[in-house]
Amino acid sequence: MLYRENGQFKASYAADQQIFPILQDRVAIGALLAIAFIVLPLFGSEYLFRAILIPFLILALAALGLNILVGYCGQISLGTGAFMAVGAYGAYNFLVRIDGMPLIGAMLLGGLSATVIGVLFGIPSLRIKGLYLAMATLAAQFFTDWAFLRISWFTNNSSSGSVSVAGLNVFGLPIESPVAKYLFCLVVVCVFALMAKNLTRSAIGRQWMAIRDMDVAAAVIGIRPMYAKLSAFAVSSFIVGVAGALWAFIHLGAWEPAAFSIDRSFQLLFMVIIGGLGSIMGAFFGAAFIIVLPILLDQIPQWFGIPLSTATTSHLVHMIFGALIVFFLIVEPHGLAKLWSIGKQKLRLWPFPH
Amino acid sequence: MGFFLETLFGGLMAGMLYSLIALGFVLIYKASGVFNFAQGAMVLFAALAMARFAEWIPKWLGFDNLIVANLLAFVAAMALMIALAWAIERLCLSKLVNQEGITLLMATLGISYFLDGLGQTMFGNDIYSINVGMPKDPAMILENMFEGGLLLSKEDLIAAIIAAALVALLALFFQKTATGRALRAVADDHQAAQSIGIPLNRIWVIVWSVAGFAALVAGIIWGSKLGVQFSLSLVALKALPVVILGGLTSVPGAILGGLIIGVGEKLSEIYLGPFFGGGIEIWFAYVLALAFLLVRPQGLFGEKIIDRV
Repeated sequence: MLYRENGQFKASYAADQQIFPILQDRVAIGALLAIAFIVLPLFGSEYLFRAILIPFLILALAALGLNILVGYCGQISLGTGAFMAVGAYGAYNFLVRIDGMPLIGAMLLGGLSATVIGVLFGIPSLRIKGLYLAMATLAAQFFTDWAFLRISWFTNNSSSGSVSVAGLNVFGLPIESPVAKYLFCLVVVCVFALMAKNLTRSAIGRQWMAIRDMDVAAAVIGIRPMYAKLSAFAVSSFIVGVAGALWAFIHLGAWEPAAFSIDRSFQLLFMVIIGGLGSIMGAFFGAAFIIVLPILLDQIPQWFGIPLSTATTSHLVHMIFGALIVFFLIVEPHGLAKLWSIGKQKLRLWPFPH
Repeated sequence: MGFFLETLFGGLMAGMLYSLIALGFVLIYKASGVFNFAQGAMVLFAALAMARFAEWIPKWLGFDNLIVANLLAFVAAMALMIALAWAIERLCLSKLVNQEGITLLMATLGISYFLDGLGQTMFGNDIYSINVGMPKDPAMILENMFEGGLLLSKEDLIAAIIAAALVALLALFFQKTATGRALRAVADDHQAAQSIGIPLNRIWVIVWSVAGFAALVAGIIWGSKLGVQFSLSLVALKALPVVILGGLTSVPGAILGGLIIGVGEKLSEIYLGPFFGGGIEIWFAYVLALAFLLVRPQGLFGEKIIDRV
């Protein structure tokens, strides 16, 4: 009743091709952005920003990048943590070694270094496919883990192996308070989400999807597999690298290579798959699910006043988390984004389905 | 020369241990097309069960005999692994038939989270030891050929022999028994196997049980070597390059891959390590496997991948 497209006529190509062709969607997304940009900074608590919103935004951005590679181009990667690490350490080195380097410049350069490494480790994808490729990307993961731990040049010869940044500012505005950090992340994420969405709707995005669906057939109809695959690796690792820089600079402040371990790679892959492969929205759903669920599970025993030791709680959280992942895969293998679109489909006919 | 041979033997024996874990991956991938990331968690789970049952069973039954306790614990742990295989098939895999490989991969990752939690909730999260009477002292061999002889760890040697025996046993099982033939048929073509009356569900329970058995043996050997603790489940990460090097569908590939990786790791750590600043073992295996894959994308003995439109 509320969600109808009847009477919304598209009189121009531009109107037909917009991202949200239905008025109600545009209103909803506008309201969501208004809440995110205005209401939350006014009323959110510091805990909400620090523990939930900032990690959510940054990991959603990383999941978005991974989704371009896995969901749109069909190249499974288990080395996302590595590309995040390259982004973070790259940005750190640009920031520390070049005087007067602005934060955004350092982050983009960090993203570019991740792009270089991503394309380098993406080259095997021209020959290796499927699960073999997934295992091959683990090489990137373990290599960067080792490199950032052992090669002290990357960490600016810091004695403890951990590096930190302080006094961040953008155009003279300090990024110190949780609200400022949150808003900065939000702007970056919005810009990248919009860019990614448009990229996937463009010619290159269609090439990626053709490669994903069947690469031999795509090559036959004239899509260059090398160009398509490597560009997917490049775009994906750029976004992931920027997310890594954000994660290190904004969320952690001080970090060591363990922050980008293989667990991070798996976590991001979980987000992409639970959220929905090949969906920009899915990255956000997945990130919300993976971030919020453990926090909730942690809190539940306390609400009911059940005394449990921290070790037991963490094991139980592990169990429930694993079981829920399997459950979701069984219920909807195409992820939360698919559930969302099914819901929208139903809503269009509601309350008179016939 | 003596030092080189010592490293070589050490590498070969470590490689046998890797292939023991790799075997679990290959078995399940062959029969069901699932890349089972939970193999590491299964190794940890089996080792925890073994360690704790060996401790509890004498207390429950009131006797004190290490061999009997270990035997009973082995049987109990195996029963648990079979129950686990059944539960995984019933609750998870049978619901995910015909899904894409990546969905199944994720499901096994979920299972591995679950098993990590379950194992440590049920059996506790301290460091436990498995004592199956492995000799801990090293042996010297070929003393007349080299000065000082070659130092060999008896424990590793026995472990390697057990691994080799297990592989031979599994090869016999696959080649000679009716069940083994059915397993190979399922591996070749699910639908064709089903159409001639092979029950897929039962085959999957069997193959997960066999993988559970491999996990149990690997868990006992690794557990008695390193102690049973959470990090045991990370050993699986060291077995992954073995699997991709050997080919996901090949049992001999798992063995040869294990040997190549084991030797490559040890030799690289000693002869290349100093140039890179040490600790290169962990990524060298992956880079080695990657280099092999570039030449043969299906691994050493994997089935040739044919692209069709």
